[in-house]
Amino acid sequence: MPTSQHLIIAAGRIVLLGGALALVVAPRFIDAGGLTMLTEFLCLLVLALMWNLLAGYADIVTVGQHAFVGVGAYAFYGAAVLLRVDPYLAIAAAAGAAFVIALPAMMIVFRLRAAYLAVGTWVVAEVLMLAAGKLPNFGFGSGVSLPVAVAREFGTRPAERFATIYWLALAVAAAAFLSTWLLLRSRVGLGLTAMRDNEEAAGAMGVNLLRSRIICFLWTAPFLGLAGAIITLQKLRISPAASFSIIDWTVFVIFIVVIGGIGSLEGPILGTILFFVLREHLATLGTWHLIILGTLSIAIILIEPRGLWGLLRKALGGDLIPVSHAARAGFGKPKVP
Amino acid sequence: MVATYLNLVVQGALLGGLYAIFALGLSLSVGVMRFVNIAHGDFIVLTSFLLLTLSAALKLNVLLVLPLVIPLAFAAGYLLQRLLLQRVIGQNALLPLLVTFGLSIIIQNGLLQGVGADTRTLSAGALDVASLQIGGLNIGVLPLLTFIVAVVLVFGLDWLLYRSRLGAHIRAVTLDVGAADLIGLSSVRVYAIAMGIVGITVAIAACFMGLRMNFDPTSGPSRLLIAFEVVVLGGLGSLRGSLLGGILLGIAQTIGGQIDGAWQTLAGHLVFLTIFLLRPQGLLPRY
Repeated sequence: MPTSQHLIIAAGRIVLLGGALALVVAPRFIDAGGLTMLTEFLCLLVLALMWNLLAGYADIVTVGQHAFVGVGAYAFYGAAVLLRVDPYLAIAAAAGAAFVIALPAMMIVFRLRAAYLAVGTWVVAEVLMLAAGKLPNFGFGSGVSLPVAVAREFGTRPAERFATIYWLALAVAAAAFLSTWLLLRSRVGLGLTAMRDNEEAAGAMGVNLLRSRIICFLWTAPFLGLAGAIITLQKLRISPAASFSIIDWTVFVIFIVVIGGIGSLEGPILGTILFFVLREHLATLGTWHLIILGTLSIAIILIEPRGLWGLLRKALGGDLIPVSHAARAGFGKPKVP
Repeated sequence: MVATYLNLVVQGALLGGLYAIFALGLSLSVGVMRFVNIAHGDFIVLTSFLLLTLSAALKLNVLLVLPLVIPLAFAAGYLLQRLLLQRVIGQNALLPLLVTFGLSIIIQNGLLQGVGADTRTLSAGALDVASLQIGGLNIGVLPLLTFIVAVVLVFGLDWLLYRSRLGAHIRAVTLDVGAADLIGLSSVRVYAIAMGIVGITVAIAACFMGLRMNFDPTSGPSRLLIAFEVVVLGGLGSLRGSLLGGILLGIAQTIGGQIDGAWQTLAGHLVFLTIFLLRPQGLLPRY
């Protein structure tokens, strides 16, 4: 029944909008601890959205996403502390640095064929992490703390500072989500979707796959860099091991997207929420936390490669966040008079 | 000075033999089944721990335990392909990558849970420190043995793939799965056997890696990166190229480590990236 289906979809969208609204009013109602967790949530959401854009649409499976988070963190520290740039400008510098590093990284990675590309990104990330550990002004391998003076620029009292960092994270997450959505609905996204469905036909229609993939790869770098800067503001420390943490910024992110659903915008959101719910219960289990996530993600790939959102979507019968253009006109089904 | 560097080059080349063994299994799984096994390094480390445990339990030299583990490794590879990986290989290269990624994390954390985070090595008794004096160079028997095993494996696998009946089956399935199935080859079975062979190379790699270097539950990824760099340096699909790539990487790391101990890994990566940018098709490309 199309009417009840429309109702369910509409209800889903209302829930989604309600969630977004809740994030906007959250600082008025929750304490510093809750706000810190929400900031982490938003940062991971940004990382998940970016990994999903590459793996789910541009056919670029990266295992080296943490590289750009780390570059952002180091660039923020370098600009704010070493160059004494205005701290807000330093956050922008993090985005810029990640973008600049992405250019040569792309030249290396894009020379590799699909399956090898994943490991190629990992090598690049490893090189950047090892190189970061050789920087004398950044505390070599053990890293360095962010000076109190820089942190105070974002608020003199801790509560004030947590709120500022939260608003920054929310702004980055909103920008990441909305711009990625627009990108996917643009010619670039349309071309990528066409490519996914039928490569030969799309190529014959003049879709330039390489150009689209390059745009996507370069698209993600500044957002990852911004996330790196915000994470640094929150942790008040940079170090090769933490800023370039493959577990935190790549492994968890891959599990989030795989479990939530690759190739949709709802998937990363669902995955990130689920990840935080699971973390509350599993984090105390230590290594078992990762074993459970790994097993869960393999099980999901075997059951439904499109993840939990793929299963839910079948039940709902449509997207909450339409990426394809057909979805707008009655979810691709002819209207029954 | 010259003697020092000659010594470094020889030691590096011998280390490269080990790296070539790392790479063989990866090269085979990409060449035949068209997927990169992200858990390749973790399989090697897992097998090293198995060898360590069995060698202690049976009170046998690890080189004597290896022949017992090889059939196990073949069976494990066969079953892994048949029961898990076969379900996800095919049109979408994303899925096997993600499944092996999940396996990698499960193995690392399972090992951390099971055996703890301590760094281990394997021991082959008196062989560990035995060395030969050849032309003024002091060459360890174990590195030399590793290198010989690498050469034998490279040429053995080359023979298997290009001269034997099984190799013809494997290559047929690699070229065209549908056509191979049509003429009565079971691609499922051929894939499983190929993964079993990968398992054998993993067991051999595990034994010599453990004898040569330290390992702990999280060592897998660094072994994967080495294997990957060797395969790309050598030229995709070229087994003999892998030997050359391994030697090159081994020399780069050894010389880098001599200049500054902390630069060993980074030097290897940088040499890899430089050669890769200059010659993306690899040193001995097959295609």
